[in-house]
Amino acid sequence: MPKIKLIVNGREREFEADERETLLDVLRNRLGMTGSRFGCGAEQCGSCSVLIDGEDKPSCAIEVGTLKGKSILTVEGLGTPEKPHPLQSAFLEKQAGQCGYCLSGILVCAKALLDRNPSPSRTEIAEALSWHLCRCGAHNRILDAVALAASRMQVPA
Amino acid sequence: MIPQSLQANPVLERWISFPSPGKVRVAFGKVEYGQGVMTALAQIVADELDVAMERLDVVNAASGDVPDEGLTVGSMSIEMSGAAVRAAAAEVRALFLAEAAARFGCSADVLNILDGEFVRSGVSTGLGYWTLASAIDLKRAPEGKARWKTPDRHRIVGKSQPRSDLPVKIFGGGFIQDIPLKDVTHARVLRQPGYKAQIATLDEAAIRKAARGDIDIVREGAFIAFLSKSERAVSLAVAAAEQHVTWNEARVGVPALSEPVALKTLPATPWEGGAPPPEPSNRRKHKASYGRPYIAHGSMGPSHGIARFEGETLKVWTHAQGVYPIRGMLARITGLPPEKIQVEHTQGPGCYGHNGADDATCDAAAIAMRRPGQTIRVQWRREDEFGYEPLGTAMHIELSGEIDSSGRLVDFSSEIWSGPHVSRGTALVEAALAPGTPPPPPMIIPFFSGGRLNATPSYDIAATRIKENVVTPPMRTSSLRGLGGPVNTYACECFIDEMAGIAGTDPLAYRLAMTSDPRAVAVLEHIGVLSGWSTRSAGGSGEGLGLAYCRHRDRGAYIAVAVSLVVEKEIRLQRMWCVTDCGLVINPDGAKNQIEGGMIMAASWTLKEQVRLGGSGIASTAWDDYPILRFNEVPPIDVELIDQRNSAPLGAGEISLGPTMAAIANAVAHALGVRIRDLPYTRERIARQLLSN
Repeated sequence: MPKIKLIVNGREREFEADERETLLDVLRNRLGMTGSRFGCGAEQCGSCSVLIDGEDKPSCAIEVGTLKGKSILTVEGLGTPEKPHPLQSAFLEKQAGQCGYCLSGILVCAKALLDRNPSPSRTEIAEALSWHLCRCGAHNRILDAVALAASRMQVPA
Repeated sequence: MIPQSLQANPVLERWISFPSPGKVRVAFGKVEYGQGVMTALAQIVADELDVAMERLDVVNAASGDVPDEGLTVGSMSIEMSGAAVRAAAAEVRALFLAEAAARFGCSADVLNILDGEFVRSGVSTGLGYWTLASAIDLKRAPEGKARWKTPDRHRIVGKSQPRSDLPVKIFGGGFIQDIPLKDVTHARVLRQPGYKAQIATLDEAAIRKAARGDIDIVREGAFIAFLSKSERAVSLAVAAAEQHVTWNEARVGVPALSEPVALKTLPATPWEGGAPPPEPSNRRKHKASYGRPYIAHGSMGPSHGIARFEGETLKVWTHAQGVYPIRGMLARITGLPPEKIQVEHTQGPGCYGHNGADDATCDAAAIAMRRPGQTIRVQWRREDEFGYEPLGTAMHIELSGEIDSSGRLVDFSSEIWSGPHVSRGTALVEAALAPGTPPPPPMIIPFFSGGRLNATPSYDIAATRIKENVVTPPMRTSSLRGLGGPVNTYACECFIDEMAGIAGTDPLAYRLAMTSDPRAVAVLEHIGVLSGWSTRSAGGSGEGLGLAYCRHRDRGAYIAVAVSLVVEKEIRLQRMWCVTDCGLVINPDGAKNQIEGGMIMAASWTLKEQVRLGGSGIASTAWDDYPILRFNEVPPIDVELIDQRNSAPLGAGEISLGPTMAAIANAVAHALGVRIRDLPYTRERIARQLLSN
């Protein structure tokens, strides 16, 4: 099997894989990173989404061979319990989630949104997240949490 | 009186113990799936024992480790399990205080507890739960004499508490899919298209070639599973298998049976109850029929099961709704005695009822029994979950009513056609291993049928009667959030609005006039205030404001919902409001989260959702075929809880669905001046209805 190099959460990772393996399988099974979740395998739900060179993309169908040298950000790269990203802190503060299965994809999508638009309106947040599905109905709390994180990230250090 | 769940598990230590200094071990028979039940139950125990929340170690639900409380269903955890843990904690507290009082030669009444340490006249006594733990044997039955705290003494109950299950999920873990397993064997199952289907041909060589890696094939009866150390290989194998298998007697999905009214054409078992038929009269009468199609649970993650059989023991990890019921199924399927089966609950994505979780667990166990020593991980595909989970049944409801000279509804009849709302206890793998075995017939339980929940409107009506026809549906159906309750409430509360129209009365005033219960009046009046009901327009302008009310299952929470919306090309929800009285609320923020989530799910059912039958069963097997409400379609929502801390707690998880469905329907009727009765309210259905008028 060929060796493939990716930059995952800022770290160069080299591993053997079939180039046709999906990024999601590589993340979960080869790199042991379970944050990106299998939801549909058809790029329709957002549970698996990661940032590829800063853009929110589903990882469940994209072949890893097409991503050589690209930079991948997963929810694990966003923050840790000790050092959470402002989005993660805001999601906890607003209790923005129920079952939580959709949250990894939503968190990275929100990160991409705030990177390009630091003070989005509620409508802009909703539009950015609209391809991500949430079945529990935590939508309003999630919108509130993203807005809260945005407002905090605006404050100059 | 000793609560039922405590009577069934009558050893205090099974619920509460003090195994290490500063820690309280608590075990509940309910499971967490994102509804926050563990947090709420822990609040009850911490408050009753007077210890800080951080001291509680809540045991993960595993067979043998936790009390048997059956399934975690029906918004009953707080009512049922909460009552049991409160009573158990009160007994434990009383035992410890009595022991301390005996040592000091004082009355237990003069002792207080401060975070587990016993205090007398504001001074620490040096005794506490942990210092006395060795002296008190909790392997004893409850006596039912201890009194629990009155609400005025609650410190933790009634205050919002962050959910204990949420943090791990925000940092990328926490689910059954995430359990790290050494040397795991990935598995995919090719589902049998209906219980009668037998394999005609299976081209194993072609499948092995397509897998592009080593695979093992388990084949027995009509059960086919592909195993490999490579997840990619099994994914490719099962996809290829669909092209390289032929079936005899595969089921056929008939598109026309997707519509609720088609239930009337299927075999059914009737049940009747209530008042005798009405005498002929000159009263004004009204009849109308309503339908909700089949609904998918639509869990965000397809079902998952893990099992390992080694020696004589089967170990299973499951996201089923309880560990003991599934152990019984596994014993039957594997032939093992229950004590040789260890079941550990691990959180899964939200299930909202009986989805594929039990089936995936049984798949994994059946494979593990045939491959001893391997850890088998079964992942269902999205198309398996949509195509083979038990559906929430379609329902068709025909209502008729009579109003007296004052306009009041005095006689009400409902005839319901519904598939079963409860068909647990068997798994798809059983039918596949023994193809041709028919599934058990629908359960007809005279004293409880999910199809009859909230079958009559929650008002003072002189005569009501129900006829329920439990239909054998074309696809397996089982419990979905609220069972038949939300659908009956939808129909009844649309009907009440229609009756108000016939009586020429405002819908809110009409409801209030038929309600004598002050708690019902309070939620109705308050929803009127919140929604600005007094300035509601005459209607027909394209903008609508509607409301609905019910008492959950006729004995639970009181809940009213109002919705404002605009009908353009599609229906755009502008705002939703909810007022509820669900008695003493343990964790207000948790309850609000559940209630709001239910409103959004109900809005999605009402506006968008319908499972389509076709092909070899179900034709809508991807999210693109089964749209649900999205972020840019969800309106702002206000949920208000009426403070009723002196009343018993009432479940909240399912209460908001029915009133939300009906409030949307009533708002649409207000906006259009035309009533639509069959769900979902898609653009096509609205257009058809407008054209037919």
